[in-house]
Amino acid sequence: MVRCARCVPSLVSLSRGSPARPFDDQAGTAWPEAPYPVLVVDRHGGLVRVNAAARLLLPDAARGDRLHERVPAWLSQAHRRLGDGTPGTFAGATAGRIDDRFFEAHPTPAGDGDIVWWLVDDTDRRLAETALSDARTRTDVLSEASSALLSTLNVPRCMEMAAAMAAEHLAEAAVLVAPAQGKRYPVTSARRGGPVTQSTQKVNVAEVPGLSEALQGFPPVPARWINPADIPGWVVPENFAGPVGSVIVTPLPGHGVPAGALILLRSGTEHVFSEGEEVFARLFAARAGAALSAARLYTEQAAITATLMHELLPPALRSVHGVEYAGGYRASRDHERVGGDFYDVHPGTGPAEETLVVLGDVAGKGLDAAVLTGKIRNTLHALLPLAEDHGRVLELLNGALLSSHHTRFATLVLASVRRRDHQVHLRLTSAGHLPPLIVRADGTVEEAATRGTLVGALPDVTAHTVRTVLAPGETCLLYTDGITEARGGPLGDELFGERRLRRALAECVGMPAEAVVERVQMLATQWIGTGRHDDMALVAFNARRNGSPTGVDGYGDSGRDE
Amino acid sequence: MDHSTEPATLVSRLWRAAIDADEYTAAGIVHTALAEGVDEEALLLELIAPVQEMAGAEWAADRISVAQEHAATAINERIVASLAHRRGGGPRSAPRGRVTVCCVDGEWHAFPARLLAEVLTLRGWRVDYLGAQTPTPHMIAHLHLTNPDAVLLSGSIPTHLPAAHAAITACQAIGVPVLAGGRAFGPGGRWARRLGADRWAADAREAAAALDAGVPRPAPSTARQAVDDLPHLADQEYTLVLQSRTRLVKQTLIELEDRFPAVRDYDEEQRERTAEDLAHIVGFLATALYVDDPDLFTAFLVWTADILEARHVPARSLVAALDVLADELHDFPRARRLTRLGVTALGERSPSSVPVPGVPA
Repeated sequence: MVRCARCVPSLVSLSRGSPARPFDDQAGTAWPEAPYPVLVVDRHGGLVRVNAAARLLLPDAARGDRLHERVPAWLSQAHRRLGDGTPGTFAGATAGRIDDRFFEAHPTPAGDGDIVWWLVDDTDRRLAETALSDARTRTDVLSEASSALLSTLNVPRCMEMAAAMAAEHLAEAAVLVAPAQGKRYPVTSARRGGPVTQSTQKVNVAEVPGLSEALQGFPPVPARWINPADIPGWVVPENFAGPVGSVIVTPLPGHGVPAGALILLRSGTEHVFSEGEEVFARLFAARAGAALSAARLYTEQAAITATLMHELLPPALRSVHGVEYAGGYRASRDHERVGGDFYDVHPGTGPAEETLVVLGDVAGKGLDAAVLTGKIRNTLHALLPLAEDHGRVLELLNGALLSSHHTRFATLVLASVRRRDHQVHLRLTSAGHLPPLIVRADGTVEEAATRGTLVGALPDVTAHTVRTVLAPGETCLLYTDGITEARGGPLGDELFGERRLRRALAECVGMPAEAVVERVQMLATQWIGTGRHDDMALVAFNARRNGSPTGVDGYGDSGRDE
Repeated sequence: MDHSTEPATLVSRLWRAAIDADEYTAAGIVHTALAEGVDEEALLLELIAPVQEMAGAEWAADRISVAQEHAATAINERIVASLAHRRGGGPRSAPRGRVTVCCVDGEWHAFPARLLAEVLTLRGWRVDYLGAQTPTPHMIAHLHLTNPDAVLLSGSIPTHLPAAHAAITACQAIGVPVLAGGRAFGPGGRWARRLGADRWAADAREAAAALDAGVPRPAPSTARQAVDDLPHLADQEYTLVLQSRTRLVKQTLIELEDRFPAVRDYDEEQRERTAEDLAHIVGFLATALYVDDPDLFTAFLVWTADILEARHVPARSLVAALDVLADELHDFPRARRLTRLGVTALGERSPSSVPVPGVPA
């Protein structure tokens, strides 16, 4: 090291115009044994000296040869530029390939206008840098793929994004084939820079080498085994640039079963897929497969939930036999759609028959309570023929609940409703529930005088049924305690209470049933603000205005039950 | 009976039927106009929408009750439903695309969204109308299942803007673009832009035009949080004011009683109304802190002053409340500035800014 350090400054100082002789002596001893290839070239491009390391690199080079006949153009041209130029141009090194190695060439002046070219082999650093940059790019692609694919739980969208990203980063075109639905395969095709197309096609997957294996979850067939000429037309996207040159078929691993397969295509004019690219395609496919499986699982679960939930959701209400019904529901937990409150309207078989309205509250909340509301609603539906006698219905329901494995109890209100001319005749029975409120035409709010015991707790139940009549513009409201026990208000911790409910109802004379429900629901919701609350349910009904007494309902009826 | 199909006449006839909750007359007017060849989109936007606007304006001027406003809305809803029913439900065989129309979580005013859904359906879109009272998680679950081309998010009350922001970022995070609309998003939709909505539309026709032009999907990797859009939230003023909302209301009420003997004599209901007004003021103040725009707060105060004066309550009480609030908020420079600007705006208010009756806005 010490010797080198001394020798280099002397070369540098010479380049600034010192006498040439001492250099020749020093250089003459230093460079022939230098571990780097060294060429001494005169100003006309003739080779003056070649050291041992350079001879290994350029075996044909000898003294007197023309430089441009022995070395690649990048080096001979750099030399010519130096010959033309000013001494200042010595500062920079130049770089390029010689055979399969990569060199940096550093020029220093020797005497007589000769130039010494020191060639430094840079191949390994270049390779390492390229590998690092490729690895970074791939990591970025995989990270982008993961975050993009995991952002959606929609299967077609997930396939669309996977195909588009594969075409963008891995190949010129990508085709994602999902497992068959019957005899047809969902096929998503993307071309780099082009649109993504999705269709369900009746295709023969056996035509594509390795595809049916990939769809069955077998390990991928190496790309070099696939003859691009065997790829059928349906795999190649429209406007694909030229004939297919190389192909990768890789499975998309799923949750134990394959989530599909990915076909990557490159045209004949591009280089064929390397082994490294095959490995990378597998890494990408693993992520796409995981995302696609998650999306598929979510979709299946959502479909199951929707089917099971359908029976538990509160029904859409509408006009029945000249009476308008409207219902409102809010589960205690905002992310749930069902809870322990429930209501139903069972239309009478004709205008002369009573319609049975039920509203109730099962102890507890959430899905467990909702399942019991389903049982109660079904039982009450079966008991409809006995609805003439509310007491008998409650007795039988009580028996059914006591004999079931559920330990919960419930409170409910039964209302039998029949329109006669312009009036609505009611029979109301409360089984341990808040009594219905009736908004009279003069704005007074009455509580129906019905009392009874709750069901599902004691062997015997008692209930007192009351009869009343709604004149035009008068409304009957059934509600659960989630409304009156809503806690909040401007001061944060007060109950909404029956007083505020009555005050709100007093303003509702002559209003359509759904407007009454909306008004009460809105006040209670605003009262709660962002606070916690119980399940809330309410049903309002009144005589339909201008309704035909024959019970033939007019405009808008069916529009309500969307 | 007047059977003119002159637009202004139709609007006033439908208005009378709606506040009387006279569904049959109302439906008759609309269906007759339809039978006489009036375009259905024009019926929705130039007849039914103005009637709905009038309901809000007439309530503000204290000429109809809250109950009548609800009744008019219910009648309008039924008419829109009957038009949809007449058309026959179900998507067309080849819809232009699929979109979701939804209200901001907590928003009760569903009618503008309903009209938008009908207009887009008429123009050939397949529309999933989720309406009001749809929690944002339900909407996102729906988007995962249906993968629509866009979400059209409707909001009327600005205090729901933080919820709107959460909905916008949640939709975009799963790659669904959001088109915002409604009064909540401010004049010219300025708060829609501040919250990062992909588009804003002033009305249903503009929304349809924006969809026709195409709204590109946001890149899912650009998922962001509220504070990325609104860096001023880092000062915590919004958070702290909202968290201490009930304490602020209670404290201000006590202070008002100290300073104004009249407040001491309020009965329970008057006290509750005052507390509700104070809660609204704090709510709008917090929202103005959220979007960092004093206009949101001052516009609300001026509107409230008009509402109060229409009910013969002097708007002075608002200035007094702001003075007390300013003292309570001494540690919050942005909030204090808002209260000062609020007092100024109330001072400069022209006394008759309540809309003139009978003239749709």
